[in-house]
Amino acid sequence: MHSLGEVFASHFNYIAYVAIMMVGLYAMAAKSNLIKKLIGLGIFQTSIMLLYVSIGAKKGATIPILAKGATTISPADYINPLPHVLMLTAIVVSVATLGVALALVQKIHKHFNSIEEDEILKELRR
Amino acid sequence: MKKLTLAAVVIAGLLLAATTLDFPKWGDPQTPASMHVSARFIEKSLEEMATPNIVTAVLGNYRAFDTMLETIVVFTAGLACFFILRTRVTRESLDPAPSIKIPLDLAGEDLVVKTVARTFIPMIQLFGLYVLAHGHYSPGGGFQGGVIFAAAYILLAVSHDMRTALQHMSERATHLLSAAGVLLFAGIGVICMTNGVNFLDYGGLAGILGMPLATGHSFAILLIETGVGLTVTAALIMIFKLLSSHGAVQEGF
Repeated sequence: MHSLGEVFASHFNYIAYVAIMMVGLYAMAAKSNLIKKLIGLGIFQTSIMLLYVSIGAKKGATIPILAKGATTISPADYINPLPHVLMLTAIVVSVATLGVALALVQKIHKHFNSIEEDEILKELRR
Repeated sequence: MKKLTLAAVVIAGLLLAATTLDFPKWGDPQTPASMHVSARFIEKSLEEMATPNIVTAVLGNYRAFDTMLETIVVFTAGLACFFILRTRVTRESLDPAPSIKIPLDLAGEDLVVKTVARTFIPMIQLFGLYVLAHGHYSPGGGFQGGVIFAAAYILLAVSHDMRTALQHMSERATHLLSAAGVLLFAGIGVICMTNGVNFLDYGGLAGILGMPLATGHSFAILLIETGVGLTVTAALIMIFKLLSSHGAVQEGF
């Protein structure tokens, strides 16, 4: 059985992703300011990207760009390109969705003159 | 309420942390994620499409449907911002009201800021083109190049004002360009189909152009990356314009 320290060292990327994800989740759930919620959403997305990219890592391997003049291509020499592709598109989509979210927040602010959740709810219940 | 949320978040985090013990170790080359399809990508991509950057090869060819629909997502996000925010320009709002100095206009009349921005914008654009065109051989591609291009435009708008920025690229142009990017991407797929192969099977394009198969794949990836770059640039510029001017694009900051 491995000691706790060993497990912590070999699974550090997962611990880091869970920690960052918790920060984002807390911000999304607990903050009442809509912009702060969006920042939490961004932090959450970043943690998922970290998880994916870290899954693609291989010890002793290099970036997934084939070396010039390489004759034998062994999969152990290059890290997994698939998570990088998935996250590349995810980053751009997260920017685009953030744009839509900001547009909605701006519309809400125009309508209710506030971006605080409790004030908007009070206005809605009236 | 906040304590309850914190407790729920901590419990969720601890549960996730507990499940990660079953995950493979960091940097393990024998993980399930690296065993199946990714090994084939690494071994075959150079031979099949003459593209050393495996990420570009996977993005542009093996997962071309995914990339096309992601491009459509970006296009749709730009359109959604337009529909949510764009306000109809009335006659009074079109009338120039120069007496009101909007506080967000930080750049003002600062000559240094304007000159530095004007010097750097062509270089940023050149770098964006390099990142776009060199995506086969180094980190880069349509998404990254498009974002850099949009950043150059945003620098122009921030350092000068929206009126100057609109003179360089009108709202109509951004709409047309973002649609043109998606059209270019999907159009390549349709052109491939005319040669009797599947949608987005670049072998069809290689056959039409009389190229070797791998070269045709590489060329088609460059074309679709250009489409992606156009859409990303135009959609980001569109979102920026709408957000920074509260939907009244002509009005500036």
